[in-house]
Amino acid sequence: MNDKTVIAKPETKSTPTPQKVVYTSADIPGFDYQRDLGAPGKFPYTRGVYPDMYRGQLWTMRQFSGFGTAKDTNKRYKFLLAHGQTGLSVAFDFPTLYGRDSDDTMAKGEVGRCGVAIASLENMETLFSGIPLDKVSTSMTINGPSAVLLAFYIAVGEKQGVPSTQLRGTIQNDILKEYIAQKSWIFPPKPSMRIITDILAFCADHVPKWNTISISGYHIREAGSTAVQELAFTLADGFAYVEAGIAAGMDVDKFAPRLSFFFNSHLDFFEEIAKYRAARRIWSKRMRDKYKAKDQRSYLMRFHTQTAGCTLTAQQPENNIVRTAYQGLSAVLGGTQSLHTNSMDETLALPTEHAVRIALRTQQIIAYESGVTNTIDPLGGSYYVEALTNKMEAAAEEYFKKIDSFGGVIPAIEQGFFQREIASSAYQYQKEIEAKKRIIIGINEFVEDTPPDIELLKISTKVEHDQNQGLKKLRRRRDNAKVKKCLEAIKAAARGTDNLMPKILEAAKCYTTLGEIINTLKKVFGEYKEPPIFW
Amino acid sequence: MTDKIRVLVAKPGLDGHDRGAKVIACALRDAGMEVIYTGLHQTPEMIVNAALEEDVDVVGLSILSGAHMTIFPAVLKMLKSKGMKNVLLTGGGIIPEDDMPKLKNLGIGCLFTPGAPTTEIIDYIKTEVTKRKKSKK
Repeated sequence: MNDKTVIAKPETKSTPTPQKVVYTSADIPGFDYQRDLGAPGKFPYTRGVYPDMYRGQLWTMRQFSGFGTAKDTNKRYKFLLAHGQTGLSVAFDFPTLYGRDSDDTMAKGEVGRCGVAIASLENMETLFSGIPLDKVSTSMTINGPSAVLLAFYIAVGEKQGVPSTQLRGTIQNDILKEYIAQKSWIFPPKPSMRIITDILAFCADHVPKWNTISISGYHIREAGSTAVQELAFTLADGFAYVEAGIAAGMDVDKFAPRLSFFFNSHLDFFEEIAKYRAARRIWSKRMRDKYKAKDQRSYLMRFHTQTAGCTLTAQQPENNIVRTAYQGLSAVLGGTQSLHTNSMDETLALPTEHAVRIALRTQQIIAYESGVTNTIDPLGGSYYVEALTNKMEAAAEEYFKKIDSFGGVIPAIEQGFFQREIASSAYQYQKEIEAKKRIIIGINEFVEDTPPDIELLKISTKVEHDQNQGLKKLRRRRDNAKVKKCLEAIKAAARGTDNLMPKILEAAKCYTTLGEIINTLKKVFGEYKEPPIFW
Repeated sequence: MTDKIRVLVAKPGLDGHDRGAKVIACALRDAGMEVIYTGLHQTPEMIVNAALEEDVDVVGLSILSGAHMTIFPAVLKMLKSKGMKNVLLTGGGIIPEDDMPKLKNLGIGCLFTPGAPTTEIIDYIKTEVTKRKKSKK
């Protein structure tokens, strides 16, 4: 080690307080096992949501993937399933995420680039061709147009002879996070929340095994938040959905058991573990004490984790395999229900088969070789981990108060509160790296001049052309009079109070495109526009 | 009009990942430049019109979506057609090494990938703009 590389533990904003050299029982005064931890599967669920955790069932291994056409992605899904992946996770391209057809003017250059292009039921049929929907669970990262993609999925199930009551999976459907961080919105907050409550009500009756919202901190963290901000903002969003459901007249226990969460797993190993433990405890307490849920399942904070894409470096990309392994391990020690491990090349492009296989193997090594799955919450009772869990919880509570002072999540979004907090943390993080208060291998220490030499996935420009040709043919072939009628029904429902889901499902089945449905809704609901603030 | 370097930071296309754009905007501002941030979902036309209106020296595009081979050339062409031949078009994001020389050959400035220190970007812009301002005189 040369003398420049003495690593001082920085006092950063991402840790709630300066870290001590050693922790003792004095750091968890008044610690009470039953009150603060409870057994796994027991209130307040700090140690895990199930009594047997990984002894009963491993987490779902779910690599987030999608690129090019539905046909290209279908091939990748079959590759991943053949290598031991246990659930699917669909990454859509930007046009799809914004509810635009692939031949929309704004879609130019983006079709199939950052995910798979899905503009109609026809594309969705190809995506799941040869994949029985009663055998897999599918997570779909979709927010603004989530109702439409869910309808496509239900319709594919019907075609395969799988009733909607048997479908298992998740739509992300977390629009508040979109305004806060990921920025793939369509409509303004109010109509967006109405679509979500329509989905909650529809799924409770027709798709009971479906996770209707995956309340996501992942993107909040990727946008630059600290661990505490990720924890607090995500849970605040969760509370806002619960309140919206209750305000829409639903019994909390009717929809809360189907809410799930999605967190990021970043670099600070113990801080991340404490974050998951604190999240479970905060959620169960609120659900019981404030929202008066009676059903124990409403108390369970089940979550998916993805390792932090933003921690991957373009420099020395093989090091990303190691980063991802530690991040995956902290998610497992934190009790995740489902995990995506990033591929080493994702800071440069979408992953190749080679890279994604290593990422999947990383999870399998944690699961089958490391032994960490044998014991539940092995860090429970550690002075340090418990103190950190307590501090994360207290810091999150401070943020909840601040959000309440704005009048709730939506007014706080409208006043740019979250956006400013996150932008400020992101800039702070970058400054810490440049000042070497944080050491990132290959970036500000142990730097090498050689450019990365790894194989990268290329998306052909032919994808856009083929996709648009297919769409053109579909529009000629289908019953256009029926499509028109379906769109009118959607418009009428949007203007009134009927649940939108049955109308959207009907439209999906007669091959109305995603863009057509969303444009119809835009005419009633309008579009959201964010003020351009960077500080 | 001050002597400050004026930079338009823009997020083209549908991509909502604005962390990089915002971090760079802050860093350029702290380095004494005038920064105008367009916000999200800009078309090449909107970007070029903003550049013209704001009379900027630099346009910096942040692209992660993979659409860089479509968007950078489109913005460059439009800048030239509107007479902004001296404006530096630069940017960064997820841009594979292989595509960089192709874009450079078209006349697009240095492109920065994740991990690039903001100081390097600041120095590059300062040097390049000074050079262009001198050649203009």
